[in-house]
This record gives sequence, C-alpha cells and structure tokens, in this order.
Amino acid sequence: MRISLSIGLAAGLGLSLASAFTTVAIADDFPAKNIQYVMPFGPGGESDISARLQQKYFEEITGKQLIVQYMPGGGGAVGWSQLSDMPTDGYAIMGSNLPHIILKPMGQDVGFQTEDINNFFYFHYSPDAILVRNESPYQTLDDLIQAAQEAPGAVTFSGSGTYSANDVANTRFQQLADVTTTYIPFGGSGAAVTALLGGVVEAEWGYTTIAANHNDKVRMLAVASEERHPMFPDVPTFQELGYDMVGGAYRGMAVPEGTPQEIQQKLSDIFQQINQNPQFQQEMQDLGFVLIDVPMGEMDTFMSDQMDVYEASARELGLID
Amino acid sequence: MDILSHALGALSPLNLGLALLGVASGIIIGALPGLSATMAVAVLVPVTFGMTPESALIMLGAIYTGAIYGGSYSAILVNTPGTPSAIATTFDGFPMAKRGDGDLAVTLSTLASVVGGLVGVFALLTVAPLLAQVALSFGPVEYFWLAIFGLTLISALSEGSTLKGFMGAGFGLLLSTIGIAVVGGDIRYTFGSQVLLGGIEIVSALIGLYCIPVLIDLVASPESHLKVDEKQRGIRLREGLMHAWIGKFNLLRSATIGTGVAILPGAGGSIASLVSYSEARRAAKDSSSFGKGNPQGVLATEAANNATVGGGFIPTLVLGIPGTPPDAVILGALLVQGFRTGPELFTTNANITYTFVGGLFIATCLLLPLGLLIGRYAFKSIISIPKALLVPTIAFMTVIGTYAIRNSVSDVIIMLTLGIIGWVLNRYGFKPSPIVLGLILGPIAEQGFVQGFLMGRASGSYAVTFFGGPISLTIIALSILSVFYPVIKARRAQRRHTNDADDSRQEVSS
Repeated sequence: MRISLSIGLAAGLGLSLASAFTTVAIADDFPAKNIQYVMPFGPGGESDISARLQQKYFEEITGKQLIVQYMPGGGGAVGWSQLSDMPTDGYAIMGSNLPHIILKPMGQDVGFQTEDINNFFYFHYSPDAILVRNESPYQTLDDLIQAAQEAPGAVTFSGSGTYSANDVANTRFQQLADVTTTYIPFGGSGAAVTALLGGVVEAEWGYTTIAANHNDKVRMLAVASEERHPMFPDVPTFQELGYDMVGGAYRGMAVPEGTPQEIQQKLSDIFQQINQNPQFQQEMQDLGFVLIDVPMGEMDTFMSDQMDVYEASARELGLID
Repeated sequence: MDILSHALGALSPLNLGLALLGVASGIIIGALPGLSATMAVAVLVPVTFGMTPESALIMLGAIYTGAIYGGSYSAILVNTPGTPSAIATTFDGFPMAKRGDGDLAVTLSTLASVVGGLVGVFALLTVAPLLAQVALSFGPVEYFWLAIFGLTLISALSEGSTLKGFMGAGFGLLLSTIGIAVVGGDIRYTFGSQVLLGGIEIVSALIGLYCIPVLIDLVASPESHLKVDEKQRGIRLREGLMHAWIGKFNLLRSATIGTGVAILPGAGGSIASLVSYSEARRAAKDSSSFGKGNPQGVLATEAANNATVGGGFIPTLVLGIPGTPPDAVILGALLVQGFRTGPELFTTNANITYTFVGGLFIATCLLLPLGLLIGRYAFKSIISIPKALLVPTIAFMTVIGTYAIRNSVSDVIIMLTLGIIGWVLNRYGFKPSPIVLGLILGPIAEQGFVQGFLMGRASGSYAVTFFGGPISLTIIALSILSVFYPVIKARRAQRRHTNDADDSRQEVSS
C-alpha cells in the first residue's frame, strides 16, 4: 500500500512538473491537446447552440477538439464561481455572458466578482426585441406604447428571468418611452415564448433568435441592434424609432486569472478566425444571432462601456443604490 | 407514401446498426445511477456532427429511448430512480426485486416500455399539431394548479400516514427554495455557503434520498440485498406477457396519460408516471397490494415514462419548445443541423421529421430484444456480486454519477447529506417520494403563482386570473377529489361493511 502510494505521489509530481513545463513552453504549439469548453448553463440553450457551431470550425483550424461541458446552476453563478479554480494553462475555457457577469454579483455575494471573469473574446449577441403574436392588434411599436400609456401596467410582457437581459431591456424601455408595463419573469426563453404563443401575455421581451425560430407565429415590433437584421429587413431598430436602445445577450469566452497572456492572445486569434469564416457567419445569421468581434486587445474598453450601461440599469432596477 | 419511404430509409444497415448501438449504450448509461438521459444525449451530440442528419437523428433518438428505459433497472434493482420519471417504478419494482421477482420486474418494465414508447411515437406521428395546441393552453396559473394537483397525489401515493406524506412534501418544498430564485433573483437559504448557491439538483436528491438509505441498510443488516431463488428461471417472458395481458387496459391508459401529460413542457415528464400510477391503483380491485410489489404498478409507470419520449417531442418539434431537458439537447442538435421547427415540419422538413420519428419507432422496437438481454445481465450481476463488493461499487457510482451531473463537488456533498437525512427520516416513517415530489413541484408552483399574481395585478382581478379558466377549475376539482378520495373510499367501505352487517342481521331475523 505504501509503495503504491509513493508511486502515485511520484507520478502526480511528474505530471504537475510536466504541466508546469508546458505552460512555460511558448504559445506557438498551442493548443497541443483538446480544450474543455465549460458552459455555465445547461445544454440546449443559445449559449450551447452557438458553442456547438464554433466546435466544428475550431477543429478545422487547430486540429484539436473543443469539448463542450455543462456546469449549470444559479443562472450561471455556479460555473463562474468555480472559474478561478480551473487550470490556468488555457486548456479550460468558460462561456461568458453579458449582462449576467455584471448584474449577478451586484449587491449580493454570488461567489464571484465581475473582475474575476477574464474575458479574451466576445463573439456575438442576440439583440433584444419586442415580439407579439401574429394576430396581435399592435402593428407598430407606437401602437403598443399608446396602449401602455392609456392603461399603465396593463400591457404585459413575458421574459426570461429577473435582473436578466430581458428585465434590463424592459426597464430601459419603460424609461425611454415613459410608459409603465408589467414584466413577468419566466424560467427561460422557452417558457417565456410559450406564454406569448399561448396568449398569457400581450408581448414578449425576447431576441431576434426567438423570432427566427418562431417566425411563422410571431412578429417583432422593434430590434435593439445598430442595423436592421438581415433576416428581418422590415423590422425597424429602436434607434430608427427614436429610442436609444442597443443591446441584448452578449456571449464570449473567458479563462481563469493567471492564464499566460500569449495563450490568451492565441485563443483570441483562433476564435476571431472562426468568426471570419463565411460559413459560420451564415449559420449564425440564420439562427438570428449578430456577430461581433471583440478581441483581447479591445476587451477592456468594451467591458467598461458595458459596465456603465448596466450600472445605470441596475440602479433603475433597484439592485444597487 | 411519404412516411413509409422515409421510414424505410431509416432501415438502411448503417442506420439500423447505429440505432442498435444507440439503444444499447442508452440502456447502460440510463441504468447507472446519476447518469441521466440528458447526459447520455449531450455527450453524444458532437459525435453525431460527423454523420448525415438522418443517421445523427436516429442515433440521438435511440440513445434517448434506451436511457429512459434503462432508468428502470436501477429503480427496480437498487431502489434508485435515475430520472424523476422513474420514481414511481421504485414503488412496486423494488419490493418485487426484494422478494426475488427482480427478473420478472425487469421483463415487465421492458414490455411496458415498448408499449408505452409505441403509443407515444404514434401520437407524435398522427396528432402532434393538435396536441401542441393543448400545451399552449397551459399558462402560469394552470401550471400552478397542476403542481398543486401533483402534490395532492401524495395522499393517494403515500403508504402509511398521509399526514407524514404531506409533511415530507412540505420539507421538499422548502428544499426547492434553496439557491438563486429564477423569479425574483434573490439568494435564499444558502447560509452564505457556495455549496448551496446552485440549489438542490433533483437527480442528486433522488440518488441521495433513495440510494444512500438502501446502502446504509445493506451495511447495517446481515440479509442479502435481494432474495434469490435457487433455480434459474430465465427472463420469465411467458409470465411477464401474462401480466401484461391482464393489465392491457392499464398499459394503454398509462401510455395515454404519459403521452398526454408529457406534452406540457417542464412539468409533464416528472409527473406523468405518478399520475398513471395513482390511476392504475385507483382502478385496481386490489389497490392495497400496490406499493408492496404489484406487477401492475411497474407496468403502469414504465408504460407512462416511455410514452413521455414521444409525447415530449410534440411541443419540441411542433412549437420549438422542448418538453424535457433531453428534448432541449436534441432540439439544439437539430438546429445546428439546419432543422427548423414550425409549419415546415411536415412539408419542407418532412424528410427529417419522418426519419426521426421512424428512428424512434425502430429504437422502441429494439428495446424488446436488447432490454431483455441486457436486463438479464443487469439482474444477474446484481444478485451474484457479493455484498462486500456490491455496496462499495454502488456507493462509488453514486458519487461519480452525482459529480457528473454538472461537474460539481457541491452536488456530491448535498447528495450525501440528503442521504443521511433520508435514512433518518425513513426510520420515522417519512418516505422519500413526497420529499422529492415537493422538490420537483415547488419551483413550478412558486413560479406559476408569482406569474399569475403579476398577471392578476395587470388585469385587475386576481380571482378571475386564478379561478377563471376552465382548465384551472378542472384541475382544482381533480385536486380536491384526490385529497378526499381516501376519506370517501374509507367511508364507502365502512358503509358497505355496515350494509353487509344489516343484511346478515336481516337474514337472521327472517
């Protein structure tokens, strides 16, 4: 028993030494093995689907696999609170989501801080959008705003979660359009769209992706992207209608603090290359996503801009003073 | 005929081989406590990217079908439901195994799963668009009442004290509030600990509350795990078929309930088998033998939970709203493959749809030979492994399985803690099922109530919101009936008793 123990110890020591050497080794041959891609959500959601699309091209570029794993719980908090315990050799990366990583740790202890999430690339977002059923009397955003002004609180919106992208969008919209609506949080965008289709609510705070998926039953009144979405050329943006709203659910990747800069840069380059693949771009667009390129070098500015936006919303939501 | 040509396409040697492989691996994964159908499907999604869409779909459907069925092994042989939908299988399956009828129980579960699976697939093929509309007519308020109805089933299901059943459910409801609330976003009852932040995961609770007490009892008592008969009796197919024939109405009713309830996204899968179990018990003449190893109990729950496979795909494929977690994974894989839900389902996408349904059909048929074969080995290995080896093996699997659910040590700690609590509560007559039911239905009831409350405020009338709909009223009536049924039944029995007494007195006097 003692012998096997010492052999085990020696083997363990050898392994850790070996891994120490590989981190020292130059990032040139990175990745030398498969990379674990941990989703802080369960399978089947938008984070998962977009990661699955990346998977294929990652293997094309690097010859190594991107292995998707799941660590769901607490709306992502379970995964992100464990990011700092993950290996710092770049072979473990984690999905990173906005506004979640900013709003979750605000005003309460969820086991991680926004700064703990070391983002190296943000690759797309699902723009916020207001959806109604096909047979809804609201033809334009103005129709809906008028109804909300006539009877404050009577227009109901479904959406996914509290203090989520949808909740923030609703709060911001109420402020910009000077109306009061009733936001009803659901356990996910699947449940939220069921409520819309079933006639439980008048409208839904959703995304272009939901409209893409249910385009035979719902229509969008406005989209919170900078330009009209190519799939929906007839749907105006909020900015066109005079409301300064651009946002949604942004998705990217992060590594634990302490991962070498060169490795992070290499990862950022690989994922940027995936983003430039026309086939990937088409697949993402067909699902309703909007690609963005936020490589490592631009991450700090991007994040601090987002921080300002969401801090203002959080104050409005009453999350912080 | 379109359907037929696609179904035949699914029958190519390669696809058949994949279906065979899928069903077999699904059964094995599903049989291991903690390794769920969701995980089985999720792990294999990347493997299917290299295949043609048809083969990929057939393989995914086969794994799912196999895994749901495989869950019955651990429920019957070690009293551990691998998924919430196998909870009710433990009620009669484990007592059967304990008294030496484990082989028969496995055979019954195989037969019932095939029947249930076929009914579900048939419904998916024929009335999917119609049934999907039913799923939409369930709003938050209806879900709230449905959860309440589910909780009232405890009075019908709990053996022994109904009061203790409700107390257990209350405990489960409290457990369900731990963690970050979906609606409201507050952190509740974590006591500042990171471990509880993600809440109590249902599968780890299932393993803890069901499996750990069995393990502790195995260690604490000198008896062998399951009683074993000396003579080999094979798979007892003839006996199984006889029970299935006697219970043919039970099978069909359970499969229909399973399909029907499973179309409700979120709530359906877990309560479908409980509803059919309580219906089977209510309809039976010898209802008191349920829970003590009645073969009809196994038939009812297994027919229902395999029917949920087809039933759950109805909202998934027609509306793009996944009915169960494995459905969500498969829908994700379909989207990546370029499939779109909606009206194109039976037109533009018809080839994908029919191939998928055909694949499910083939997988369900393959359950029969594969299930009987693998089931026999599972049973044999459980009874022939010495206890000194069996206990550590199962204990090891529970830990690994629980960890694997979401790669979290916290879940293992929670599982072990709940296991000890469950064992202690068991000694005082509190069964695990009401606790788990509370845990599953708690969030559904809570979210439904809060959403209904917000709707009521927006519309100006809480009463109309909560009591206005015909579906709500029906479910409320069913709940009331369910709570008072034991009382009514007892009174009726008493009256019959006094009537009999009157009759005999009259006979004497005349």
